[in-house]
Formats: sequence, structure tokens, C-alpha cells
Amino acid sequence: MTPALRRRVFLVAAAVAGALLVWGLTGLPDYGVYAGPYGDVLNQVAVAERKAANVVAAVTFDYRGIDTMGEEFILFAAVLGVAILLRAQRDETEQPPDEDAADRHAPGTSNAVRVVGLALLGPVVLFGIYVVTHGHLSPGGGFQGGVVLATGALLVYLSGEYVTLRRVSPELLTDLAESTGAAGYVAVGLVGVAAGATFLANVLPLGQPGMLLSAGTIPVLNLVVGLEVAGGFVLLLYEFLEQTLVIRRPGEVT
Amino acid sequence: MRHLPYMVAAWLLLIGLYGVVTSRNLVHTITCLSVAQSSTYILLLSVGFERGGTAPIFLDVPVGTKAVDPVVGALTLTDIVVGATVSALLLALAVQADKHHGSLDPERLGKAQDD
Repeated sequence: MTPALRRRVFLVAAAVAGALLVWGLTGLPDYGVYAGPYGDVLNQVAVAERKAANVVAAVTFDYRGIDTMGEEFILFAAVLGVAILLRAQRDETEQPPDEDAADRHAPGTSNAVRVVGLALLGPVVLFGIYVVTHGHLSPGGGFQGGVVLATGALLVYLSGEYVTLRRVSPELLTDLAESTGAAGYVAVGLVGVAAGATFLANVLPLGQPGMLLSAGTIPVLNLVVGLEVAGGFVLLLYEFLEQTLVIRRPGEVT
Repeated sequence: MRHLPYMVAAWLLLIGLYGVVTSRNLVHTITCLSVAQSSTYILLLSVGFERGGTAPIFLDVPVGTKAVDPVVGALTLTDIVVGATVSALLLALAVQADKHHGSLDPERLGKAQDD
């Protein structure tokens, strides 16, 4: 199929799909008029039931906790898939950048980037920990905070070199963080079973809403998800950097 | 204007798919897929929006304050995480496709295989 023909076929299909979408979407309640009962019910009962000030966190890690476990394993599987896809192929060789001559350096970074990167590193990691641990009180949580934490690794790379990054966060540590995060979620779920309730039941003491130690298992789940996401994203970063910096194809000039 | 956010979602979906169909570069294809997927964020959040509603976080405001739907917020969170990881996986596939075919052009995949 030529690109021109494909474009024409798509435009016809898109016109039909667009008309159906507009027809369907104009049948929805007006924007700003909330029709469903579930949101209102949860907003009324969730704080009293789960002592979590952030109702989104209560939905994600408690009412829909089992779905979030599936989501976490999608992330785990995707990181695993990237690691498998980007391993050194049969005809490729790995050359650690630090074993080579000085002319193998990646393009140098300017002092401005180094200084800003290093100055931001501490605040970014602290902010990441804050976002992970306060997920049940304020916007944020394990997924968001984990990504912020992984940004710290990116800053290390930007302000140093690949070798520095490998040294400050060795692969074993990120592997461990990622697998502890994935297994930890299941373990928290099994605590519910062990306590005689259901899988992922919120069996820990709930405390008072608004306190750091409240909402039972929700902050614990935020913590393990934060570990998983931070470990996973740092691994993704490694894998893509390795492609450009370490793995050499046959005949490629090094 | 009663349905404007829904129409924005429909537009993003269609324009993203148009980009996927006409793309000549796999990295561009993946970006277009992300654009198409971002329509779901807008649709979910605008369905759950309530005029005058605050964020469903009852730390500074008492329970009973009018707030938007927390369920679609949680769904959007899932959506974003899955979207990011799927993009990473697809980009890894694009890296390997480039290695094996020497090109990121989807038209040339499978043609330059014997080189």
C-alpha cells in the first residue's frame, strides 16, 4: 500500500470514526456536571473509612488496590522487556567506557550543567522521598515520587559521566529496588490474608487522617511502589545509555 | 462549549492516529501514539470534573466540600504510568529495528533485511 493510498483510506475511516465520536460524546452529560455516583460516594466516605486525606490514593491503593498491583506488574514486565530487547546481541561486543583511551569519552559537559546538576541532586532526591511518603496526604505517591527519584540518577549522568552513574547506583541496587518493590506489593496483600481478611485488605492500624502515620497499608504500598518505579526507571535509563555508550556493533568505529 | 473538552479528546485521538498512519520514522510513530493516548487523560478527567469542585484531597478542606471524581483521577494515574512504560518498550524495539534494518522508516522494515 503506498503512503498516499494509506492516507486516503485513513482519512475516510477517520471521518467515520470522528463522526461517531462526536455523536457519542455529545450524548455525555455537559462538561462540569458530574453524573456518576461513585466519586461523590467515595468523597463522602473514604476519609472516614480509610483515614486517608487523599481520596485518589485511597482509590488507587485500597479500593482498587488489586488493579494497581496489575499496573505495577505491567511496569515490571515492560522494564524486563526493555532489558531483554536491549541486551548485547550475538554479533555485538560490550566495551565498558572506563577501560578505554581518553578519546572514547562522550561529549563533555559544561561546568554550568555540572554545577546545576549537582546542586539539584540533593533537593530532587529529598523531594522524591517527600512525594513518595506523603502520597496519602497530598498529591503524589509512589508512582510520581519514584519518577522524581529516578530523575536524580539522570542528574548524576548529566553532571558526570556514565561511569559515575554506574558507581553511585550499581545495577545490583536498582535490580534489588525493582524486585523488592514488585514483591513487596504482593507481600502487603498477603498480610491481609494472614490477618484473616482478604488479599490487600487494609488491616494495619488506620490512625487519624492527616497524620504521616495513617491510612494503614496505603503509605506502605506507596513506599514499595516508589522503590519499584525508581528502580525500574533507573534501569531503563541504564539500558538506553548502554546502547549508545557501551555496546558496539561489528565494524563500528569506537 | 458544553462539550469542548470531549471534542479536544476526540481531536487528539484522531490527529495522533493520523500521525501514526503517515509516519516515516519509528520514533515519530511512538510520539504520535503518546499523543493519541493523551486523549484518554483529557476524556477521563473531563468526565469526572464538577464545576466548582476542588481536588479530592481533604487535608485543608472538610469532608463534604464539593470535589471532583477521585476514581477517574486514579484511572488517569494508571493510564500515564502504563503509557510511559509502553513508550519505553516501543523505543527499545525501535532501537533494535534500526540495528537490523539500518533505518527507522517503517516503509523500509523488511525490505533491507538481506543487506
